[in-house]
Amino acid sequence: MGETSGPLLSVNNIEVIYDHVILVLKGVSLRVPEGGIVALLGANGAGKSTTLKAVSGLLRTERGDVTKGAVEFRGQPIHRKDPADVVQRGIVQVMEGRRVFEHLTVEENLLTGAYTRRNGQAVRQDLALVYRYFPRLAERRGAQAGYVSGGEQQMLAIGRALMARPKLMLLDEPSMGLAPMLVAEIFDIVGRMNREEGVAVLLAEQNAPMALRVAQHGYVMENGRIVLDGDAKALGENEDVKEFYLGLSGVGQRKSYRDVKHYRRRKRWLS
Amino acid sequence: MGDWQFFALLLSNGILIGLMYSLIALGFVLVYKATDAINFAQGEFVMIAGFVVVGFLISYGAPLWLSLVAALLAMIAFGFGLERAMLRKLIGRPIIAVVMATIGLAAVLRGLGPLLWGADTKPLVLPIGDEPILLEPLFIPPIQLVGATVSLLFLGLFGWFFLKSRKGIAMRAVADSQQVAMAMGINVERYFALAWAMTGVVSALGGVIWGNMLGVDVHLSLVGLKVFPVVILGGLDSIPGAIVGGLIVGVVENVAAGYIDPFVGGGTKDFAPYVVMIIALMVRPYGIFGKQIIERV
Repeated sequence: MGETSGPLLSVNNIEVIYDHVILVLKGVSLRVPEGGIVALLGANGAGKSTTLKAVSGLLRTERGDVTKGAVEFRGQPIHRKDPADVVQRGIVQVMEGRRVFEHLTVEENLLTGAYTRRNGQAVRQDLALVYRYFPRLAERRGAQAGYVSGGEQQMLAIGRALMARPKLMLLDEPSMGLAPMLVAEIFDIVGRMNREEGVAVLLAEQNAPMALRVAQHGYVMENGRIVLDGDAKALGENEDVKEFYLGLSGVGQRKSYRDVKHYRRRKRWLS
Repeated sequence: MGDWQFFALLLSNGILIGLMYSLIALGFVLVYKATDAINFAQGEFVMIAGFVVVGFLISYGAPLWLSLVAALLAMIAFGFGLERAMLRKLIGRPIIAVVMATIGLAAVLRGLGPLLWGADTKPLVLPIGDEPILLEPLFIPPIQLVGATVSLLFLGLFGWFFLKSRKGIAMRAVADSQQVAMAMGINVERYFALAWAMTGVVSALGGVIWGNMLGVDVHLSLVGLKVFPVVILGGLDSIPGAIVGGLIVGVVENVAAGYIDPFVGGGTKDFAPYVVMIIALMVRPYGIFGKQIIERV
């Protein structure tokens, strides 16, 4: 992957410990190329969010620490930097669970996204840009963010991140708790943002089919480790991924409850 | 003097005094809004500011303008320093730790003021005279007019800051969620310091105005007691709330004192606002304008 210029983000064999004792990540490595979309798949508690927070620096607000390995952004180590510095360098995390500023209006939320930028003119233009991507936000710009719908809050969180004009957006579980149609709409917009604005995306998702549809490359996490990685298409066709993350057993067949119960197939990458 | 004239007099007096309460309550609200800390030393901040002004005026013989500037700078530095030295270490601790720390701080300041500047009551003279301005049927002491004007000015200024400026929006974002604010690249600790410095400014203004009305000694810190009914009524984190709460408290205590004091021999002023506060807590626990917790179901 891009040997000449190097990847935009490279996470090299990091170990993360919470509260000085709990080992959460046990040597995670991944790369995000310039302008690419990379999916990070895995079940609840696999360590996806922790990986994203290790990149954005938000880990330390939760008493976590990168104890081994390194995170490099455009060749510079960033795992010792504080979140404000990381945002300044061009990485913004959209946290899990639609974390908007509930007591601010939609538009004020978007403006906080542009906090690190000085050029007022450009910020105004980007506000218009975000409203073009998410017309629903334009309609609700004066509403208090705590009272808009869940889908609109997710759009707001993504739009707010775009306001920082990042090189890399860390998207944590954008599909969580949303209706399938809304999820598809949001993923479409993320794909468009990636193509039109050149924002690279590292996408942590449980919804593997949706994530692999927009991503070019994917990693599968389990128990704080990367257990599998590959081209998004290849991953989508991998028997194990199909079985455990796409919910299919034979080609195109829905898995029956009987199979789940008997847990017939063993994960080949474990043991 | 007719009944309505007497009432109008109490009302106007209450409104002017109320605005001055609002100003001091604003200091409390700023800190609570941005940092979630409850500052039980707000009245002591005002007292220290008063001491600094009279200290410069009397002990060093400095001109008035210099004393005012000195108090302003001293209180800003005090706010910054306090945040750095004491409150930053309490971030993430239970709220009771911060409360206890500020109560302790209040006690220390009440001791420190008289220790440094002497325990006797010192006059803080401003060149505005004390002949009441007559506006039939009202008569208004000039200091109250000045105090109310300054209060309105600063309340407006801070209101504009929070609603319109980039830093103000960021500060509200910090108040809403510190972690998300960090994710947006906002340097949270800088805003904590800013909030304490702003409290310093408000306290300096309050110290000058209240110091002029009451004289400067340790009892000046009692003004701080009025802050609680004001902010509980208005909402702990609301600037319009501080204004309205201040007006209510000012009017209630004046009207109550005017009508009830003749029968009970005084003291109504001190408890009437608290009665209103307790009723308000039962009816509307987050205050008139307070931030309601938004819950999704």
